[in-house]
Amino acid sequence: MTDTTASAAPGAVESPFKRDIGIKRRYASEKRFQAYGLIAIFLGLIFLLLLLWSVVSKGYTAFEQTSINLPITFSQDIIDPKGDRSDTALLMANYPKLATDAIVKVLGINPDDKTAVREAGQMISASSRTQLRDMVLSDPDIIGKTVSVWVLATDKVDTALKGQVDLSVDESRRKISDQQVQWMREMKADGAMKMRFNTGLFTNGASSRAESAGVGVAIIGSLYMMLIVLVLALPIGVAASIYLEEFAPKNRWADIIEVNINNLAAVPSIVFGLLGLAVFINFAGLPRSASLVGGLVLTLMTLPTIIIATRAALKAVPPSIRAAALGLGASKTQMVFHHVLPLAAPGILTGTIIGLAQALGETAPLLLIGMVAFVVGYPASPLDPATALPVQIYMWANEAERAFVERTSGAIIILLAFLAVMNITAIILRRRFERRW
Amino acid sequence: MSTATTLLIIICLGVIGYVAGRIRAGQLVQGAYSALHSRPGYYGAFVLVWTILPSAIVLAIWLAVSPAIINNQVFHSLPQSIQDMSAADRSLELSKINAIAGGLSDLTDEDRQKLESGSITMREALADKGVAIAGEVDEYMPAAAEVYNGLSSASALYRTILVLLVAVAGFVYAYYMISPKMRARNKVERVILGILIVASSIAILTTVGIVWSMLSETGRFFASVPPHEFFFGTVWDPRFAAAGAEDSAGQFGLIPLLAGTLYIAFVAMAVAVPIGLFAAIYMAEYASNHLRAIVKPLLEVLAGIPTIVYGFFALVTVGPFLRDLSTQISGIVTGNAFAFIQAQSVLTAGFVMGIMLIPFVSSLSDDIITAVPRAMRDGSLGLGATRSETVKRVIFPAALPGIVGALLLTASRAIGETMIVVLAAGVAARLTINPFEPMTTVTVKIVNQLTGDLEFTSPQTLVAFALGITLFFITLILNFYALYIVRKYREQYE
Repeated sequence: MTDTTASAAPGAVESPFKRDIGIKRRYASEKRFQAYGLIAIFLGLIFLLLLLWSVVSKGYTAFEQTSINLPITFSQDIIDPKGDRSDTALLMANYPKLATDAIVKVLGINPDDKTAVREAGQMISASSRTQLRDMVLSDPDIIGKTVSVWVLATDKVDTALKGQVDLSVDESRRKISDQQVQWMREMKADGAMKMRFNTGLFTNGASSRAESAGVGVAIIGSLYMMLIVLVLALPIGVAASIYLEEFAPKNRWADIIEVNINNLAAVPSIVFGLLGLAVFINFAGLPRSASLVGGLVLTLMTLPTIIIATRAALKAVPPSIRAAALGLGASKTQMVFHHVLPLAAPGILTGTIIGLAQALGETAPLLLIGMVAFVVGYPASPLDPATALPVQIYMWANEAERAFVERTSGAIIILLAFLAVMNITAIILRRRFERRW
Repeated sequence: MSTATTLLIIICLGVIGYVAGRIRAGQLVQGAYSALHSRPGYYGAFVLVWTILPSAIVLAIWLAVSPAIINNQVFHSLPQSIQDMSAADRSLELSKINAIAGGLSDLTDEDRQKLESGSITMREALADKGVAIAGEVDEYMPAAAEVYNGLSSASALYRTILVLLVAVAGFVYAYYMISPKMRARNKVERVILGILIVASSIAILTTVGIVWSMLSETGRFFASVPPHEFFFGTVWDPRFAAAGAEDSAGQFGLIPLLAGTLYIAFVAMAVAVPIGLFAAIYMAEYASNHLRAIVKPLLEVLAGIPTIVYGFFALVTVGPFLRDLSTQISGIVTGNAFAFIQAQSVLTAGFVMGIMLIPFVSSLSDDIITAVPRAMRDGSLGLGATRSETVKRVIFPAALPGIVGALLLTASRAIGETMIVVLAAGVAARLTINPFEPMTTVTVKIVNQLTGDLEFTSPQTLVAFALGITLFFITLILNFYALYIVRKYREQYE
């Protein structure tokens, strides 16, 4: 015994402490593991940053648009040579010539130099036609006077002025000529050409010319749809959740509805578009491209979200409140509508806003019900053709022109701003009214 | 009177009924409200319900049934030659008559005189009013349109009268039913419960609507294209035929689309799963509350960004970047600058979709990891395991079923995603294993087949419904299974 202890003694002193349990290796792997986690989070945040940066850096310039200040002479000879002020004459007059004449004068070009005059005229957006026409139509007395007017420059001039076009390449490989660039710089220097806030982006409808295309119609269309979703999905969703949470017997039927709602929440959105196409348009005969149909489809899509949120909010109301109401003689309906529902309201509201935000960003189902439409005029009612903000983005994303990339990003910024406002409202509501029992 | 006005009148009547019922209840007991069975408002609501509900139901039934009856009547007034036409032609003729009828009511007397004198044709007169008629206006059509207009206005008149009568009858009946002993509250509450039940069955109706609408359209598609050619065909070439052309037989093979869908979803999952999972583990096990409070909402912003924005990001930023990168790389490696990654490719679409999916993976797994009981964690740490060993050997195995469920849910989202692939994956349907080339997906083809002007009789458009129902069932099975796993797993620890 003693022998063995003695012989083992020198080892025994060291071994309990020096036995290799791989602590270094294990700590290293621990460090590595943590690093992986940090890297993953970092990557996620980097992607978010890249996405936002890519959109904002491309899009912020869309909020300014190059305009040219021209002293336009509303000459009688060009607008209304017969002098009868008839509607046809005023409507069909050669308004672009007014603008061209004005810019020729500003730039001091010889009016007989046909090429130079044409090139100068090409710097002005074709939207000046409607702009000048509307001025004349609203006030025919303007004919004969000279008025200083801000007209839009074409997207070629706009992109060049914003530095989005490489002007060092050969003239033949870009859309703006050297002469036009020189004029642009001259006008910029003497203040005749300026970047002005782009109100057209918010008010105009669809246009094939980038400089005069806007999201006005799309915003109205989206607004109609959000209203329809709110008016339909909120009451139906709340009613359904109240039934399921407070009244439904715990049987097979309630189980089926429950599973059903969970599944509907995960059905791809495009399937709802097919449903809308088959049921609302083909079967019920509602008009294509109308925001009513879009609103109905989005309602069906948003319902599961609202139901799930409302049920969670109802569940969070403590049973003691229900018991107290019933104990004081309230009927079950009174208990729900007088006591439980008001207490659950903030949660329901938050869920609804988040559901609406989802619906606002949804694109795929709207493509199928024909909201990919070139709509110039504002829709007067939800039955008129309209587009939606995300669909407008999709349509612009498919345009080849360089200037549309900027527009698309600008529209995305507007969409994201709407979504941010909605989500922040939801967060504030939750913070402000959330109660913990 | 228009439907909206009728509805408004009913509602006004209902509100008046509410007030009247309330007052009457009070008068019956001479202000001693405690003698009433229910509070006075319930008597008011009782009258309101009786006024609005029956009349609204009558209105709805009338609106649903009358167009079919009118069309039938108009149809029987048509010449025999039209009545003998095929179903498709008949519906075309009827829709033309409907359009003419819509335009006729806009015509002024002056227009009518011109029409009778023959100085303008019906078509020109209508075009002037903004009603474009496809094809020629036949002799019999204006007459049929007049019949149609006559019937519709008669229908509207009778509808208004009937609905208002029902509303007034309901009002009067309920008003005189009121008595102090009447259980008004119980009756009103039963109606409320009925409304709640109807609302909750809308979810079921939606599912039924999806399945029914898609099955019926798919049935029509399979009438012209046999199912086995659709499900097992390897060539997608729908060949949009010019209008009226007879030989519009295309090939509708599902396989290339399905392959593209699964391939892109696979790439997306390959990006999202490691990042999302590691982020979730770090946030659940290591991160301080402070860091968690900042990072978690930021990552969830990714989930709140609309997919169209991701699509645009892929189209203008990621795609060109990968293409230029590949040019650089091949320039360095082979000396021959060649873009082996195309701007629209499986990689581009999958990568960007992966970014979109990160928050789904991370927040779902985060919930599941934190649901693993504290005791298991403490036991492992108490035995001397490091945190990473605890995660790898104890927590992860325990959370695995839940995580698998979460990943299946994420995968179903990847398969059903539309906007990213529409913009970034390309439209060429082909079978390839090279992720640097474009492939197309089921969702892209649904959008392609159904955007633009279309008629709903050709297999070219109907195929979208067959694709849709395939997509619906794939995601449904994934969701069912995932929810089943998640539910079962939750029960173990609760």
